[in-house]
Amino acid sequence: MNPYPTDVSLVARQIRYQLTYFFRIPVALFFTIILPIVMLVLFNAIFGDNTVSVNGAEWPIRQFYTGGLAAFTAVSATYSNIGNMVPIRRDEGILKRWRSTPLPTWTYLAGLIGSSIILAFAGTILMITMGAAFYDLSIEWQKMPAAFVTLLVGVAAFAALGMALVSVIKTASSSAAVVNATILPLAFISDVFVSTDDDGFLNTVANLFPLKPFVNAFQDCFNPFVDGSGFAPDKLAFVAAWGVAGALVAIKRFTWEPSGAAPRRGRRARRAAAEASA
Amino acid sequence: MAAIEVRDLHKHYGDNHAVRGVSFDVRPGEVYALLGPNGAGKTTVVEILEGHRAATSGEVSVLGFDPSKAERDFRDRIGVVLQSSGVENEFTVREVLEIYGSAYRTRRSTEEVLQLTGLEAKADERVGSLSGGQRRRVDLALGIVGTPDLLFLDEPTTGFDPSARRLAWDLIEELGAGGTTVLLTTHYLDEAEHLADRVGVLAHGALIAEDTPSALIDGISGTVVSFQLPESIAPGDAVATFGPLIDAPVRVSGRLVEATVEHSTSVVQRLTGWAVEQDIELAGLSVTRASLEDVYLQLTDHDAHGDPTQEGTA
Repeated sequence: MNPYPTDVSLVARQIRYQLTYFFRIPVALFFTIILPIVMLVLFNAIFGDNTVSVNGAEWPIRQFYTGGLAAFTAVSATYSNIGNMVPIRRDEGILKRWRSTPLPTWTYLAGLIGSSIILAFAGTILMITMGAAFYDLSIEWQKMPAAFVTLLVGVAAFAALGMALVSVIKTASSSAAVVNATILPLAFISDVFVSTDDDGFLNTVANLFPLKPFVNAFQDCFNPFVDGSGFAPDKLAFVAAWGVAGALVAIKRFTWEPSGAAPRRGRRARRAAAEASA
Repeated sequence: MAAIEVRDLHKHYGDNHAVRGVSFDVRPGEVYALLGPNGAGKTTVVEILEGHRAATSGEVSVLGFDPSKAERDFRDRIGVVLQSSGVENEFTVREVLEIYGSAYRTRRSTEEVLQLTGLEAKADERVGSLSGGQRRRVDLALGIVGTPDLLFLDEPTTGFDPSARRLAWDLIEELGAGGTTVLLTTHYLDEAEHLADRVGVLAHGALIAEDTPSALIDGISGTVVSFQLPESIAPGDAVATFGPLIDAPVRVSGRLVEATVEHSTSVVQRLTGWAVEQDIELAGLSVTRASLEDVYLQLTDHDAHGDPTQEGTA
């Protein structure tokens, strides 16, 4: 009997398969990679000459946008991408089909998560390159290790949160709504599209969630008014803790099969149940 | 050792007892068909054997494995054609065969699978552009790409046109002849009659009959008498009119009147005597040997009118 293919070759094949899949779904490509680029170009065209106040200094908003939108691209490629796509594959029965093959289940998940992390890095690097080329983004090499580590922690945490979301979403028809309802309002108060007041109520709310700490930690790596290596260990630890919590939920609740429609709740369903048992 | 051994299998979904005490064996190299109406528990049984569902109680052994553990070596040796399961629409037929095939230890080449399933002409088309029957063939292709010792086919030819169906039958026969064990569920009686070495009939989660197709047919020792309902008799009056003449349960579907009888000669004599007396022509009067369909209808007849809340999850 032949041996099984090696784990490395299986994971590499799965990553290539997931990336191919991604690039053949125009809507995924648009929302994940193209839309953030469009926002970068538009925001800079509209507000590019303004400044943001950071540590008492005036920071050009072009640089603020590039860092924030680059971080948001990383979140789109992991959290939103996984949250949108996996429930569809699960409802279609594709996950169940893979579950019938001798492919170790962890290699499927490694391909899925690995491909979204690669997409996140590619999208982020593309944004940073555009920022450096067109929007005066300051690249300080001593801060690049911090930028890399921040990005790595962020994409891992948001991929885990995406998997957690998938494990609580019942059907694909609700996934896009749940993904957007959880991430878009948060993005508005997390320094992605607009800078928020540092002392306000919204800031307090935003800091309960992992998006703002991640966005700020990443922006700081490109902020000339932040000294030193650019590392923000407290923010990274907070983001990582969310990621671990997400991973735990995903491990406990992830299923390979569609769970069917959500059970009916509420008055009408209760009355029907009471009539049935009477 | 049997390829599949099932002993006193039960599966409950809450209060719904979808499978209630099923036992059967499938021998290596055998083609075994599970027949039964919708909701009889066929898919539940098959999915427990595939490892997709856990049994509530009972013993199950498949190729010597406990399927509920879903071990890799187990999954390497089975092929699964699920009743409804998507394939990546954005990939070509060739691409899905390559990617799924690469998970197995011993795989059939893509060319061989394409040829066996008659998909050569569609190899480079995306799955999403195929017709329903062609997609079902892709399912079949993915079921056999890993050279399985045991192939599960859950209603494999639903949606096939007659020629695609014949091709699938040839393929299943060829696999059977080559030593592959096949567990098949189907709604098509002719499919079971044609392909299966043995048939198990499931109704309401219990196995109510099991034998070779010909032994099942012989077992009902009946002959089918059928004719067209005369114009002068309303369908609602058919049973009242012909019941006493035929002296056996009368089935009326559309304008076809049918009954499975023990002594066809005397029944035909009474029928024709009555018809001549009434000056009525019994169009299409025929006397034929019972088919598996008659066996099936007879076995599942009273169940079909049973308590609807007992319907299982198929």
